[in-house]
Amino acid sequence: MESALTTDMPQPSFFKRLTAGDWLFALALLAGAVFAYHRYADFMDVYEKGFLFSAVVVFSWLGWFFKPMRLLIVGIALLSLFGINQYHGDLARADQTFFLKYLFSSQSAIMWMNVLFVLATAGYWLALLARSEFAGKVASALTWSAVLMGFVGLMVRWYESYLIAPDVGHIPISNLYEVFVLFCLITALIYLYYEKFYETRQLGAFVMLVVSAAVIFILWYTFGREASGIQPLVPALQSYWMKIHVPANFIGYGAFSLAAMVGVAWLCVQRGIFASRLPKPEVLDDFMYKSIAVGFAFFTIATILGAMWAAEAWGGYWSWDPKETWALVVWLNYAAWLHLRLVKGLRGPILAWWAVIGLLVTTFAFLGVNMFLSGLHSYGTL
Amino acid sequence: MKTPNLSTSRALYELFSSMRFAISLLTILGIASIIGTVLKQNEPYVNYVAQFGQFWFDIFEMLGLYDVYHAAWFLALLTFLVASTSLCIYRNTPIMLHELKTFREHATEKSLRAFGHQQEYAFGGNVDDVVKRLAAFLTVRGFRHRSVPQANGDILLAAKAGSYQRLGYIFTHVAIVVICIGGLMDGNVPLKIEELLGYKTVETRDVPSTEVPPQSRLSPANLSFRGNMTLPEGMTGNVAFVRIRDGYLVQELPFMVTLKQFRIEHYATGQPKSFESDVEIRDPELKEPLKATISVNHPLIYKGIAIYQSDFQDGGSQLDFNVWPLRGAAHEPGKMQGNVFKDFTLGEGDSALKVELDDFRLFNVLNLSPDDKGKSQNVGPSVTFKVRDTQGQAREYLSYMQPLMLDGHAYFVSGMRATQNEDFKYLRIPADGENSLGDYMRLRGMLLDPAMAPVIAKRMSGKMLEGQNANPEMVAKFESSMVHLLEAFARDGYTEVAKLLEQSVPEAERDKAAEAYFKVITSAAYEGLAMSRAQAGLSAPEPDERTQRFVGDALNSMSDISFYGTPFYLELNGFEQRQASGFQLTRSPGKNLVYGGSVLLVLGIFAMIYLRERRIWLLVKPESQHVLFAMSANRKNRDFENEYARYAEQLQALFKG
Repeated sequence: MESALTTDMPQPSFFKRLTAGDWLFALALLAGAVFAYHRYADFMDVYEKGFLFSAVVVFSWLGWFFKPMRLLIVGIALLSLFGINQYHGDLARADQTFFLKYLFSSQSAIMWMNVLFVLATAGYWLALLARSEFAGKVASALTWSAVLMGFVGLMVRWYESYLIAPDVGHIPISNLYEVFVLFCLITALIYLYYEKFYETRQLGAFVMLVVSAAVIFILWYTFGREASGIQPLVPALQSYWMKIHVPANFIGYGAFSLAAMVGVAWLCVQRGIFASRLPKPEVLDDFMYKSIAVGFAFFTIATILGAMWAAEAWGGYWSWDPKETWALVVWLNYAAWLHLRLVKGLRGPILAWWAVIGLLVTTFAFLGVNMFLSGLHSYGTL
Repeated sequence: MKTPNLSTSRALYELFSSMRFAISLLTILGIASIIGTVLKQNEPYVNYVAQFGQFWFDIFEMLGLYDVYHAAWFLALLTFLVASTSLCIYRNTPIMLHELKTFREHATEKSLRAFGHQQEYAFGGNVDDVVKRLAAFLTVRGFRHRSVPQANGDILLAAKAGSYQRLGYIFTHVAIVVICIGGLMDGNVPLKIEELLGYKTVETRDVPSTEVPPQSRLSPANLSFRGNMTLPEGMTGNVAFVRIRDGYLVQELPFMVTLKQFRIEHYATGQPKSFESDVEIRDPELKEPLKATISVNHPLIYKGIAIYQSDFQDGGSQLDFNVWPLRGAAHEPGKMQGNVFKDFTLGEGDSALKVELDDFRLFNVLNLSPDDKGKSQNVGPSVTFKVRDTQGQAREYLSYMQPLMLDGHAYFVSGMRATQNEDFKYLRIPADGENSLGDYMRLRGMLLDPAMAPVIAKRMSGKMLEGQNANPEMVAKFESSMVHLLEAFARDGYTEVAKLLEQSVPEAERDKAAEAYFKVITSAAYEGLAMSRAQAGLSAPEPDERTQRFVGDALNSMSDISFYGTPFYLELNGFEQRQASGFQLTRSPGKNLVYGGSVLLVLGIFAMIYLRERRIWLLVKPESQHVLFAMSANRKNRDFENEYARYAEQLQALFKG
């Protein structure tokens, strides 16, 4: 009797489940933050200092919640530090030393990310078409490697920007090239989480198509437009708000894109395409919902942060600027989606189509507004 | 008995509080918002007329499409949304709160057996033990429960978890109402009403703010506004301009702002790094003026009014010009002084030209590399001005103060355009060895002076026919054709030379002749340069490549003078910059409501999405030694199915053990 009660006890609470490795990881993050503070406090305002230590909490939790993140973050830290160390404070070394030229200068690392994402996409398709578990595993590993190299690229780029001139230095999420890299990384990471959560690799083929499309954009931007360089920030962007507004927004964009691709998979299954290879519609439906829920929560936060920033930079928290208005349209779109599902209990093709069309609306809010409409928020122009 | 009247209001209540109505409103709102992003808002009305034509312009104006977000119908929509959402909350909150509190302990066995998710287990042993163990089972899984003895001796454990999900509903919907109310407070609703009632009228004339009549002024007590103020350095202002449609209102401020200094800092690459204004706030309530620096992202907030750095422009800089003649023999510059936003007149009578100075810029970051791939750099100050003739026709000019390095050589560059829609066409004048316009202007005076043509021709013939023993007839012929050529060039550069060529040379020989003409003109220009320098007491030009290039460029440039359009060249040779800073001033009492509402919204969304309300009933039936397990959730999804299956299995194990 007694034993039955104890064996069926649910797992102990979240904190009690943490291992020594988890705590070591958090401690390492804290040590890193203290080191950064000690060394670079002069470059940060009070909010940024707050962000630095909040980041310890956020990333510790992320590592605890999704264990592979721990290894990823440690990997990013080690490779970035190695890359930074190779510079000896001289930007010209990016083209001179082997490790920088071919691996860890920001441009090289991001190029590796591009290649790895494209290979991963091919791998996922092979896995889907040939029903190959091995190919799926390789594709997953490639995606993880791509995320690793992408983040290393951004980290090193952050450092490089300060090498150009101390007043030029800034977090690399300030122009279209940089945020596209961020978009690829966040979309891939959210996907990798759900890949583990649902224990299915079949959706990678769909999701990685969006990431590959973004990679193509990055390549065009790099070679076609030669716009991959680090540019100093215009006065309006010099604010601590950027460090939270932009990532929050891209979690939203990434999650919405993910949901749209799962929606495509749902529609395929409904038509009998890959039906035997892809997960059941219920799983896809749940995947789509979870992804949109995450996206909606973060998009809401991002829009609010944007409004607060606008109040400081443009003189009003809401100016009906095209970017603001389209953010509202995106928000209303997914709010309606969630209402239909949660309140009305709707399921099925309408939601799947809606998620797919939602990606078009989101893409317009992200890119179309910059291309076709003029306004205050014209930071990333094509 | 219901009266028809009551049922109508009841029907309206039903409609307004329905989700369908709210969603329809939101859809219309979304579409209206999109219109505002596609049609550029708050442009000068003439632009709209030009774009749509008078007919559509009137219709669009009536619909308020030029300022959609402040149109009466848009605000009415928002108000409806607030009302509808409020009714929704009023209607549903009691239900939600009830759901939050209740354990649904009145569930009967019959109703539980009707559940889709239910299962029955047999147990042995003590009933109290079983109840205790089931209670523990619920507790460790985060379920709170009530134990309710039934009339027939059964014991019902009614449990629930994640009930705060219901708060999510209340929070999000209250948040929408709060945010909208905050927004409406900061929108211009009161102003709209005052305008509608005729208390306020929009001023459309361009008059000093002091002359704006009271019905177009807003008192300092105005609760919410968003206006602009442009202050030149050293000036003081106590009003802001609130732009409305095709006019403005004057917002009086409860204090005075003085701009002490405006600064722009640049990165090494020349891009602007910061815009900063040093200001002083004067207020009878302050003993000392309040000194502050306002910059982008760092507004100053005083008396609930936030002052933001928004833009900058010239504040009336004083500019000194050399006025170089471009016609006739004169080649010494006159002097002229003017201020930006003011004008001065050159010439007299019918040929008088009014120069209107529009803008002065200290920094100009340009990319001068031919393929646009090189680095951008600061090329120094520039001036923009219009030159208007007595008929009122104007051309616009943009001149750089310092010579620009193009293709490795220095040129004075000035652009001209006849209308705003055109691109500038540039006159490029080569700079001389002293980086000045002197050589060019002297040479121009010589070459474009018809009287000088025979003199140059004589000198040329002397040099070219020297030692050839030419007869006087031949010399005369040579000189006369020389004079012809130079006169043609003096009239309108290479265009006239081309005409001369067409008239006097058969087509077959034109190419060859053109080459010869070109050589002759170039040599003449070289002689002209030597002569003009000698006249000015300067050394003879070096007969090198540089001079050759200078002469060629100078001839090209002279050839372009007629298109340039003015009989003079304004060379900026000194300035005293005075800048003006543009501020935006806002008072937005709704801001805190909006922020508070936003926090509520985020909390609500997380509660709605990440809390899952589930209920469990465990009916312990001592008589039949059975336990009935039933589970429900207000949202059925995969997580719920999994959870139910897990619990069902765990209960199975529990009773087997």
